[in-house]
Amino acid sequence: MVISSTTPDYDQNLHSTFASRYVRTSLPRFKMPDQPIPKDAAYQIINDELMLDGNPRLNLASFVTTWMEPECDKLIMSSLNKNYVDMDEYPVTTELQNRCVNMIAHLFNAPVGENDTAVGVGTVGSSEAIMLAGLAFKRKWQEKRKSEGKTYQNPNIVTGSNVQVCWEKFARYFEVDLKMVNLKEDYYVMDPVKAVEMVDENTICVAAILGSTMTGEFEDVKLLNELLMNKNKETGWNTPIHVDAASGGFVAPFLYPDLEWDFRLPLVKSINVSGHKYGLVYAGVGWVVWRTKEDLPDELVFHINYLGSDQPTFTLNFSKGSSQIIAQYYQFIRLGFEGYKDVMTNCNENARVVKEGLENTGRFNIISKDIGVPLVAFSLKDSSRYTVFDISESLRRFGWIVPAYTMPPDAQHISVLRVVIREDFSHSLADRLIADIVKVVNEMEAAKSTDNTSDNTRNTPDGEASEHSKREMQLGISKYWRRFVHGNKTSSVC
Amino acid sequence: MVLSRTIQSESDVSLHSTFASRYVRTSLPRFRMPENSIPKEAAYQIINDELMLDGNPRLNLASFVTTWMEPECDRLIMAAINKNYVDMDEYPVTTELQNRCVNMIAHLFNAPLGDSETAVGVGTVGSSEAIMLAGLAFKRRWQNKMKALDKPYDKPNIVTGANVQVCWEKFARYFEVELKEVKLREGYYVMDPDKAVEMVDENTICVAAILGSTLNGEFEDVKRLNDLLVEKNAETGWDTPIHVDAASGGFIAPFIYPELEWDFRLPLVKSINVSGHKYGLVYAGIGWVIWRNKEDLPDELIFHINYLGADQPTFTLNFSKGSSQIIAQYYQLIRLGFEGYKNIMENCQENAMVLKEGLEKTERFNIVSKDNGVPLVAFSLKDHSEHNEFEISDMLRRFGWIVPAYTMPPDAQHITVLRVVIREDFSRTLAERLVNDIVKVLHELDTMPARMDAKKEVCEEKGIENKTELDVQRKFTNAWKKFVADKKKTNGVC
Repeated sequence: MVISSTTPDYDQNLHSTFASRYVRTSLPRFKMPDQPIPKDAAYQIINDELMLDGNPRLNLASFVTTWMEPECDKLIMSSLNKNYVDMDEYPVTTELQNRCVNMIAHLFNAPVGENDTAVGVGTVGSSEAIMLAGLAFKRKWQEKRKSEGKTYQNPNIVTGSNVQVCWEKFARYFEVDLKMVNLKEDYYVMDPVKAVEMVDENTICVAAILGSTMTGEFEDVKLLNELLMNKNKETGWNTPIHVDAASGGFVAPFLYPDLEWDFRLPLVKSINVSGHKYGLVYAGVGWVVWRTKEDLPDELVFHINYLGSDQPTFTLNFSKGSSQIIAQYYQFIRLGFEGYKDVMTNCNENARVVKEGLENTGRFNIISKDIGVPLVAFSLKDSSRYTVFDISESLRRFGWIVPAYTMPPDAQHISVLRVVIREDFSHSLADRLIADIVKVVNEMEAAKSTDNTSDNTRNTPDGEASEHSKREMQLGISKYWRRFVHGNKTSSVC
Repeated sequence: MVLSRTIQSESDVSLHSTFASRYVRTSLPRFRMPENSIPKEAAYQIINDELMLDGNPRLNLASFVTTWMEPECDRLIMAAINKNYVDMDEYPVTTELQNRCVNMIAHLFNAPLGDSETAVGVGTVGSSEAIMLAGLAFKRRWQNKMKALDKPYDKPNIVTGANVQVCWEKFARYFEVELKEVKLREGYYVMDPDKAVEMVDENTICVAAILGSTLNGEFEDVKRLNDLLVEKNAETGWDTPIHVDAASGGFIAPFIYPELEWDFRLPLVKSINVSGHKYGLVYAGIGWVIWRNKEDLPDELIFHINYLGADQPTFTLNFSKGSSQIIAQYYQLIRLGFEGYKNIMENCQENAMVLKEGLEKTERFNIVSKDNGVPLVAFSLKDHSEHNEFEISDMLRRFGWIVPAYTMPPDAQHITVLRVVIREDFSRTLAERLVNDIVKVLHELDTMPARMDAKKEVCEEKGIENKTELDVQRKFTNAWKKFVADKKKTNGVC
C-alpha cells in the first residue's frame, strides 16, 4: 500500500496573499532574505507599503510632471527594456533623441541652418545638463588662460543665491568657486548689475535663471547680456552667459515669445531645460543645447562609431532607460507648438485663480510675479500667531502637499508657501485648494483666540498657572525648534 | 428659407482610423516642432511603428543590461513612474526602500557593519555615476591628505587596467585625474596586479580593479592586488586604497563564488560599485555604490537635506529622476532572496556552458573567456585568412541576433572577439538556436569568396603581381574600413 503524502510546498500557491504567511513577517531591512517569496506576495507587500507615500498628483511642491496620456504610458512600458546607450542596436531611439535636440535648439533660436543638426544632448535631468554645460565652460576658459600664459587654478561662476542646489553641487564637485549675488527683500532674483560687478578674470560664466525655483520669476537676461557686453569690451575677458531654463525653457517660448532670453542674445552660449518639468514628461529627462560646435570643446566629447558613422556623446551617465526620450518626442509631435501653448495658457489661468482666491482671504501677500513660471508663492501678512509652516502641516491632513520655505540670503526672514501649477492641476482642484486653505486658516485663527482667552486666566492661583505656562512654554519651545529645523532646510526641491 | 450648411469641423478627423488619416502621409518632423497638435492615437501609432525598426532588446546579446522583468514588477514600475525620487519629503517610503537596498547590498559585500547599523551608500542612475562618486570621494580624501602633509595636490592619478569601461576614462577626463593604464597582452586580458602595484606612486588616489571585465567577463585577482598593495603601503606609507568596479560581477560572485575574496573582506577595499541593471536584474537606470564606512566618504561632499525632521544626507550627481528602478530593485531583492539570485546565476552559467560547448564542437573557434567569471562567452576565429569576426557579426543580424565583435584594447589589438552575454532571460533553447545559426553562418561564409586583400596577400606570397587599378582601390578602401573599425570605441558598450 502506498501511503499518500502531500508535498508541503504546494499549499503556498493556494493561499491568497493576505491569507498567506508572508504578511505576518515584516519586510527585511538590512539583509537580503535567504528564500524567495511568490511574486504576488512580493508585489502586494511592496504596493501596500507604498500606499503611504504621498500622492504624486497632489504634490504641489514639485515642478516635475505627474501625468501623461495613456498612449504615452504604452510607449513608455514597451521601451522600458531598451538601454538608451546601445546606439548600435537601437538606431531609431537614438535618432529620436537627435530630433528632440534639433527641435529644442530651434525653439531657443539657436543660430542653426534649416537642415543643420544642432549641438546638444539628452540627459537624466537639469543637474547633469548643468554639469555638462559648466564643464564645457570650465574647459574653454582653462584653454584660453593656458594660451595666454595665465593661471587657471581658480575658476569661478557668478550666479544668484536663488540658484537650485545643483549649481552648488557642480561647484563643489568640479572645484569651481561659486560667487553668489545675494537677494534682498522684494527682489528675489539675481540683480544683473551686481552680477556683472562680481565678474572677474577667473569667471568662467555667469549663470542666469529663467524661472527661479522660489518665485518662478524670469531673470532679466537681456539686461545681463547688455551689461556684460559692455564689460567684456573694456576688459577683453569675453565672459559668456549660461541660461538655466530648467523650468522656464518650455514656458517662455509659448507664453512670452517676445521675451529675449535665449540664443537671440549673443553672449548666451548654452541653455539647459528640464524635459520633466514643463516639457511634460515624467521624471528623468533633461536637455542641454550649445550655441555652436565651438562652444563645446571637442576633447570632452567621446566618439562612438555607430552605423558606420560618428555619434559623438557627452554625458555623465551611460546606461539609462530610453522611455523618457521617446516620451519627450511623443509630446513634441502630439502637442506641437499650439498644444504646448494651450497647456501653458491653462496653467497660467489656473495660477491666476489660485492667486485671486488667496488675495480674497486678505491674509496673504503674493510674492510671485504674474510673468514667469505658473506658480503662486505667498506669505502670511501676520506671522505672529502661526506661520506658513503650520499651514503647510495642516494642509497635509487634506492630502495636499504644499511646502513652506525660507528665502535664501539675504532674505531669510521671509517664509513662503509655494504652489506649483502643473498641466494636471485643473480649475476645480484650484478651487478646492483655496477652500481648504481657508478652512485651515480659520481653524488657526479660532485656535489662537481660545489660547488668548486662556491667557487671561493666567492670573489665577499659582498651581494652575504654572501648569498652563509650563505647557505654553513647551509649545513655544517646540515651535521655535521646528522653525529652526525647517529654516535649515535648503532649497533642494526642484 | 434657411440654407442649411454643415460646418467644417476638426471632429471628422477622429472618424478616420489612424492608417486612413492624413497623419501617415506626412513624414515626422525632424528639425522643428510642428505647429499643430495631432491626435494621440496617431502620435502613438506613428512613433510605435518607427520604433519597430529598432533591434529587439531580448535578442541583443551585446548587453549585460536586463531586458525582462516579471509582470508584477512591471505593474509596480508603471505605478511609480510619476514619482520623482528626489522628493524625499513627499515619498518617504520610496526613500526608505532605497536605504534598505543599500543596507542589503552592503551586507552582501561583507561591509564591516553591525547588525542594525545603516550602511554608507547610495542609489545612482548607473555604474557611471557610481564610479564618479567613488572617484570623487577618493580624490577629495587624497587632496585633504596631501594638503595636511603640505605636498602638491594638483596631479592626482588612478591606476587601472586598459580593459576598463569607458566611464573610467570619462571620470578621468571630466574630473581632471590622470589615468595610468596597465596594458594587456595576448592571453592575459585583465589588469596584472603586479604591474599595477608597480605603477602606484604618491599621486595615486586609488587602484581600480574590475570584477567582471567587459570584454571577456573575467574577475581580476583583487586579493592578490590587496596583498601586494598592503606590502607597498607598508614600505611607502602612502596608504593607497582600492576601489572595486563590480558593475557586472557584484551580483554574481556572492552567489556562485562565495569563497572568492574580492569585497570588503579585503582591508584595502574602500568602495565598491555595482550595476543594479546588470545582474541585479532590473531594467536600465540603476546602480549602487557602497563605502566601507563613514570615514571613506568625506563629509564636505555630502549635501544634507532635512526630511521628516531627520537628516537625509545625499551624494549624487543627478537630482530629479524616476523612482521606478529603485522600487524594482527592492522587489527583486525580496522576491528572489539569496536563493533566487543563486538559482538564476547558476542557470546563466549552465547556458553559457551549453553555448561554449556548442562553439567548441564546430572546431572553428578559440574560446577567450574563462569559465569563472561573468556568464558570457567570448570567442574568436581560429583561422582569419578568409573571413573575420566582423563578418560573422553582420551575418548573424539577418537572423535577428545582435552579437557584437570587438578588438581588444592595447596591447592586444590584433585579437578580435565575438561576445555573447548570457542574461537571465536567455534560455537553453535560445542557446541551442544561436549555435545552429552560427553554424549556418559559417557554412555560408565558407562558400563565399574571401576578402580581396586576403586573397591579395595569398597572391603576393605566391609571387603573383596583380596590381590593377581596381586592386589598388580595393586595398585602400579595405585599409580605411579597417581603420574606421579599429577606431570604433571597443568599450563603448557595457
